[in-house]
Amino acid sequence: MIKKIITLFLILIPINSYALIEVDITRGNLDPLPVAVSPLSIDEKSRKSFEKVLKKENIGEEISSIVENNLSTSGLFNPLSKEAFLQAPDIANLKPRFEDWNLIKAQALITGKVNYVGDKLRVEFRLWDVLAAKEMMALAFTTVPSNWRRVGHIISDKVYERLTGERGYFDTRIIYVAEEGPKTQRIKKLAIMDQDGENNKFLTLGNELVLTPRFNPTSQMVTYLSYFKNLPRVYLLDIETGTQEVVGDFPGMTFAPRFSPDGKKIIMSFAKDGKSDIYTMDLENRIVQRITNHPSIDTSPSYSPDGKYITFNSDRSGYQQIYIMKSDGSDVKRISFGNGLYGTPVWSPRGDLIAFTKLHKGKFYIGVMRTDGKGERLLTENYYQEAPSWSPNGRVLIFYRETKTNDKGEGFTAKLWSIDLTGYNERQIKTPIDASDPSWSSLLSN
Amino acid sequence: MTLSKIFKNTLLVLTACLVLSACATKKEIAGDIEGSMQGDVYMGTDTVEYLAEGVPDRVFFATNESILTTASRETLRAQAAWMRKNSSINVVLEGHADERGTREYNLALGERRANAAKDYLMTYGISSDRITVLSYGKERPVDSGSNPLSWSKNRRSVTVKAN
Repeated sequence: MIKKIITLFLILIPINSYALIEVDITRGNLDPLPVAVSPLSIDEKSRKSFEKVLKKENIGEEISSIVENNLSTSGLFNPLSKEAFLQAPDIANLKPRFEDWNLIKAQALITGKVNYVGDKLRVEFRLWDVLAAKEMMALAFTTVPSNWRRVGHIISDKVYERLTGERGYFDTRIIYVAEEGPKTQRIKKLAIMDQDGENNKFLTLGNELVLTPRFNPTSQMVTYLSYFKNLPRVYLLDIETGTQEVVGDFPGMTFAPRFSPDGKKIIMSFAKDGKSDIYTMDLENRIVQRITNHPSIDTSPSYSPDGKYITFNSDRSGYQQIYIMKSDGSDVKRISFGNGLYGTPVWSPRGDLIAFTKLHKGKFYIGVMRTDGKGERLLTENYYQEAPSWSPNGRVLIFYRETKTNDKGEGFTAKLWSIDLTGYNERQIKTPIDASDPSWSSLLSN
Repeated sequence: MTLSKIFKNTLLVLTACLVLSACATKKEIAGDIEGSMQGDVYMGTDTVEYLAEGVPDRVFFATNESILTTASRETLRAQAAWMRKNSSINVVLEGHADERGTREYNLALGERRANAAKDYLMTYGISSDRITVLSYGKERPVDSGSNPLSWSKNRRSVTVKAN
């Protein structure tokens, strides 16, 4: 908290007709950009129509508060209190009185309006640079009213992209394992929610143990481990249709599944006779390929974004460490050499970093290192935490954390947390019940 | 790493000596505290159930290890004898890990531990057709504590009657 660094740049480029505000996100941010999110204005007729369909009194305000919440949780923006706003939303959207917004120290302003047009929800919004008194962006789109939350996320992504120069990550979902019950008999079910914890939905009933769900980066498919009929196997689930199938026909436990970046293969471990090796299965032709062949435990595989390399953890050195190899299994190289054990390597969507879990002297860390193993940075330390998953833009990691129980073995909880790549902005993500094994989806809209 | 292993082994021997010498005088204390762990392998009977008289159902492991201890081998020999006598019985070997490891690695480790037990049963004449291996990783601890003793009880392979 103390060592936060100011890295907010306010660059004024008079020659350029736009691109005035920029947020540098390469370091922790002590001084988030003050932004005013004016509620989307709405005419009385539209307001009443949406109230009927969506049971929301003022959908314009609801959408704005989604935007506000997203910008705030990113840690890069500081949405200002609406009580201080001087200008009415409808007028602000037409022509902001920049002096008013300047007075409350807003540097960026978001305005807009929402209409009910032929059973559809139409939104337009504008992003303004307050100091330069200029419009930076204007967009309009139409969708079904039930998509109103996504509208808020898409606006957030557009604003984030315009101000930081990087892709957003708000219009995304998280799949995870929802869990409850005593530690010795946990009931676990697959669950899915929006990135901000809303729209939570359970996908399985909890009749069998389920673990480690992971999104297909290109579709609404999920791969996970299920103990259906007490046979731990990797499954494929279509979230839209609910169809499930076993992946491959292995005579034993398959686990630790993940998709290839093109979504066409599943990479996983198969355990037999005390050794675990890495295999892939092509989802189109069902061809199974063995990737590693070693008497050790090889597991937690993850592809590089170009699909050319795989990172995994293995105890072939005697202890759990991180390795990389070519996607055909050749050229295996150990990359973790620090003190302690290293596991759950996950290749960043940008390709330059590998996130991991580290166990050292009884503490668990989430960290990142370069793909050659150099530049290790530990982002967070705790009693127990593991399994980072990247936001699609590679800026944020989500993981789960478990608490130590007391002398009587009570007080166990499992929660989802996120942290910025910089090591700042650590936050708990609220879930209806305990949660573990989160996996972040790609951007739903592109 | 080697140094710490040597240290661990020395400690194991020392603990064993302590237990033995203490046994004569202070039985309860030795049995409950020092006697419940050797090195970090659980030696107690708290969680142990019996497949038949004199046939314990489980064996315990050191952290990150799947090597069978002398006590474990004795337990498995008793299980093998019981299975030979009851030739219609099949078993599932359920392998487990403690909570101090990543989930996926622990699934593999549980499988490795159950296989260590399976291999030993097989060397004592039990056919592999009668044995199924199932790993639970760290998903089904018997003790919910967050301390070395609880973890030692959870690092186990449990033999369960399948029929």
